Amino acid sequence: MTDTALLELRGVSKHFGAVIALHEVDFRVYPGCVTALVGDNGAGKSTLIKSVAGIYRIDGGEVLYEGQKVHISGPREAADLGIEVVYQDLALADNLDVVQNMFLGREELESLHTLDEIKMEARAQDTLQSLSVTTIRSVRQTVAGLSGGQRQSVAVAKAVMWNSRLVILDEPTAALGVAQTRQVLDLVKRLAEQGLGVVIVSHNLHDIFEVADNITVLRLGQNVAEFKRTEVTQEQVVHAITAGKLSKVPGVVDTTEEVTA
Amino acid sequence: MTTADATADTGSAGLGDAFREWWTNVRSGQLGSLPIIIGLVIIAIVFQSQNDRFLTASNFVNLIVQSAAFATIAMGIVFVLLLGEIDLSVGYVSGVAGVIAAVLLIPDGNELSTPIAVALALGSGIAIGTLHGLIITKIGIPSFVVTLAGLIAWNGVVLLLIGSRGTVVLQNDFLIGLANDFLPESTSWALWLLAVLIFAGIQLNEVRIRRKAELGHDPLSVIALRVGALAVALGAAVYVANEDRGIPYLFLLVGFFLLFWGFVLGRTRFGRYVYAVGGNAEAARRAGINVDRIKIAVFAICSFMAAVGGLVLASRLRSVDTNAGGGSILLYSIAAAVIGGTSLFGGVGHIKSAILGALVIASIDNGLGLLGLGSGEKFVITGGVLLLAVTVDSLSRRAQAQSGRA
Repeated sequence: MTDTALLELRGVSKHFGAVIALHEVDFRVYPGCVTALVGDNGAGKSTLIKSVAGIYRIDGGEVLYEGQKVHISGPREAADLGIEVVYQDLALADNLDVVQNMFLGREELESLHTLDEIKMEARAQDTLQSLSVTTIRSVRQTVAGLSGGQRQSVAVAKAVMWNSRLVILDEPTAALGVAQTRQVLDLVKRLAEQGLGVVIVSHNLHDIFEVADNITVLRLGQNVAEFKRTEVTQEQVVHAITAGKLSKVPGVVDTTEEVTA
Repeated sequence: MTTADATADTGSAGLGDAFREWWTNVRSGQLGSLPIIIGLVIIAIVFQSQNDRFLTASNFVNLIVQSAAFATIAMGIVFVLLLGEIDLSVGYVSGVAGVIAAVLLIPDGNELSTPIAVALALGSGIAIGTLHGLIITKIGIPSFVVTLAGLIAWNGVVLLLIGSRGTVVLQNDFLIGLANDFLPESTSWALWLLAVLIFAGIQLNEVRIRRKAELGHDPLSVIALRVGALAVALGAAVYVANEDRGIPYLFLLVGFFLLFWGFVLGRTRFGRYVYAVGGNAEAARRAGINVDRIKIAVFAICSFMAAVGGLVLASRLRSVDTNAGGGSILLYSIAAAVIGGTSLFGGVGHIKSAILGALVIASIDNGLGLLGLGSGEKFVITGGVLLLAVTVDSLSRRAQAQSGRA
């Protein structure tokens, strides 16, 4: 683990009207490490990753990327920085094959502006091999025919193919069976082994204790705990999720401030 | 590793393996064009047994001419269906284009030159489609409603353009020749040779490039079979047609659009995005694709192809009247695209389905006509065939789901 964080959020806040979705949240991701982001429903996990992905603009605090202060104002800028998000719905087109999905919107072209299928197929295969994804029979089959785990693998491969440095996975194992969850967790570990920063958002503590190096707990829009996986038990994490100490109790003093302001 | 191995295997496999793979696909519900080809064979057998004029050279040429307009308009419909949208206005849009060309070319001293009149007729198609697309995307009205309004409004425009003339008889050589002229025999054979050589060249070049990139490719025996099949099928068509009047120019027109739109859909970014928007618009949007622009372009293409079809129809009838673009044109064109295997739910289909479907529709229409049956029987039977085609499609989809491929 290096000392500079790949991504660092300092005191980041985000409001939707009077609702405080994030209140002075600190969050760090290191290269080569898997950082889990956990919390109950409505804790602000999605708001946090959407802020990093450039979908939401933060209202306060600062974002540092490799020690440099950055303003991520759109998904394009996030992608340019090397930040890729794999959303829970995966955003794959079922009727397209694996290669077509991996290159969607960023197709390689030949000299005559025709699609360079050869180059794309070769690169897609290389990427899948580098991630040791061995379960996909042919990269030319449609995504509709793939299992949940295979689809997740394709979505992850699509994300890391563009020299990304930070990959954020939103509930990657939520809809998967046992064997497929194993595939995806192995894949997550390999991403970190390749030096990428990985953020995994999940409800499943069992999965998190298997892959995560660090665990950040959010509760009601505030971060209430940061653990190293090796120094914590599942019970402690559950306690933090459900009853972690809040620096600011929402709904009493601050709400009046919000309203008058 | 497995992915690379699996594809490399197909590279070294022979004809037998290729056939076995195809059969596995068929059994798991990936039927491709198989049902429609079987359907065409059945149609041919049934009609031939009832009336031995069905499978004659003369009727074969008729069939090409009769199916050309439906095939042309259905190609535009395929684009719209690929997005999961619909265009109900293609019939009268084709009428508008036909009437514009016919009226502008009336030799009354004020007539325009042929290229300008044709360009204006086709341009009107593009303009109408762009208008539909803008209303659908920018205001957000479903395409069903916008093009239903178009169906009514463009019918009105046809009536307004025709005005008090009633019927406009075509007198322009180009416009009449479009559907009524035929290639000389030698030219048709030269074009046949050219087509086979180009097809073989493209296939072999593909193998060469894929080999260089160390990717799997189809075995040479399969490619030889494919080239041979094309040579025999096209050769038979050319031979039979030359027994009668020859290959119609319309055959070239439809062939050109088949290759052109096939190229656009299969080899360009635009085509890829059409499939992506039809498959998962949200995924396309997140991939940075301008979904609205793709939709507008597709409606413009659809109306453009309707305009081309309108010129073909006008040429076939040698006149336009207040009925231009009406009757069974709209329903036959949509039915052709669907019978050919294009899904109504978007994302699945191929431009060739327009031609296969149009052949089925024209064959039934033509065959029942030979049997002396009227429009009533034609519509009932065509409706039944449409339902059958969609049933086969949905059953094959179920088979795909059961074999884990859908």
